[in-house]
Amino acid sequence: MYDFEYHKPGSLADAVKLLSADPDARPISGGQTLLPALKHRLNKPTSVVDLSGIAELRGIKREGNKLVIGALAKHVEVATSPEVKAAIPALAQMAGTIGDTQVRNRGTIGGSVANNDPAADYPSAVLGLNATIVTDKRRIAADDFFQGMFTTALEPGELLVAIEFPIPEKAGYAKMRNPASRYVMAGAFVAKTGGAVRVAINGAGPGVFRQADMEKALTANWSPDAVAGVTQPADGLNGDIHGSAEYRAHLVTVMAKRAIAAAG
Amino acid sequence: MPQVTLTVNGKTSTVDVEGRTLLVELLREKLRLTGTHVGCDTSQCGACVVHVDGESVKACTILALQANGSQVTTIEGLAKPDGTLHPMQEAFREYHALQCGFCTPGMVMSAIDLVQKHPDGMSEKEIREGLEGNLCRCTGYHNIVKAIAAAQDVMHGRAQTLAPAAE
Repeated sequence: MYDFEYHKPGSLADAVKLLSADPDARPISGGQTLLPALKHRLNKPTSVVDLSGIAELRGIKREGNKLVIGALAKHVEVATSPEVKAAIPALAQMAGTIGDTQVRNRGTIGGSVANNDPAADYPSAVLGLNATIVTDKRRIAADDFFQGMFTTALEPGELLVAIEFPIPEKAGYAKMRNPASRYVMAGAFVAKTGGAVRVAINGAGPGVFRQADMEKALTANWSPDAVAGVTQPADGLNGDIHGSAEYRAHLVTVMAKRAIAAAG
Repeated sequence: MPQVTLTVNGKTSTVDVEGRTLLVELLREKLRLTGTHVGCDTSQCGACVVHVDGESVKACTILALQANGSQVTTIEGLAKPDGTLHPMQEAFREYHALQCGFCTPGMVMSAIDLVQKHPDGMSEKEIREGLEGNLCRCTGYHNIVKAIAAAQDVMHGRAQTLAPAAE
């Protein structure tokens, strides 16, 4: 790892100032993705800005028909939060399956969503639940936020502050993990919110995406059988030594069925 | 040069570090606590697991500066000063839960956190799932799981002494 300066600002304003002043500064919270990337020298920041001391980024709370989760919420906190379990059990269940215990004790929802790893879990919950990303500057709809592999609508120096999840009538998540790395090969988050159905697919493609054919089928008939006949095209999906694009395409339908069954 | 002040196994130290210094490097190279191992250095194997403020974390994937002001417990901090082993260490010995021993410090630290988080006790399946972040290349995990199952009864006060391993 190349060396860098370390800053730990106490407020959001100070963090934004540090990040805006230096285009090669990087924010860090749990560091479960950034530190491995730095070890591989994939990234050479001049300074690292530790967000963990910023109170404005903390907290999990219910606000009317929304669940608002601060960027610094660790996976273990989301997995065990009574508020999350009561409002969106599928989200708590998802958080409890990210990485392993030690990763969940450090990794944060803000870091995962801002990084937008194609094999990450949270992006499909954000997209499937039609969540809103709140930054220090603006509010961004999930449909506009994710822009393909490791790319989001966040501008340099812009910080993810919180995520607002509308509370769904039903939601479920299922994924197939690579047996060795445990990263997602294909995952599906299905949700029915205010009568509208959304299906988000992660792991299978270069970025999280919505499966419109499945959404249409589920709108007509909310049951695993409704998507059993919907074929995900393999074009554009990831193919590698762990599985071909055709295999992942097949998994998308299987995971969607399981997610709907889990949602009930 | 930045400084980190942290309390490791009850002893407070202030150490000069670089921005990039990892907690495991501070523990091993500055404090000479070499019981915490580095296996993969990619946050997969769990040989480096220590407790930071009571939570198990991979010490290869946290900056030393991020642990500033925290309470750290390593494998060296488990036994009593008179040498009496922690119930989890005793269980690993009784159940022969190791072969080469490389993964053992991380296994023991993860296992203690796991037991503490499950006051009602864990099934064999839950123990196996809870060890997802720790790899062992020798044992096939069976005796590790048995050791943790026996140690949890002692740690939760449901047994006075460790159940002996079968002959």
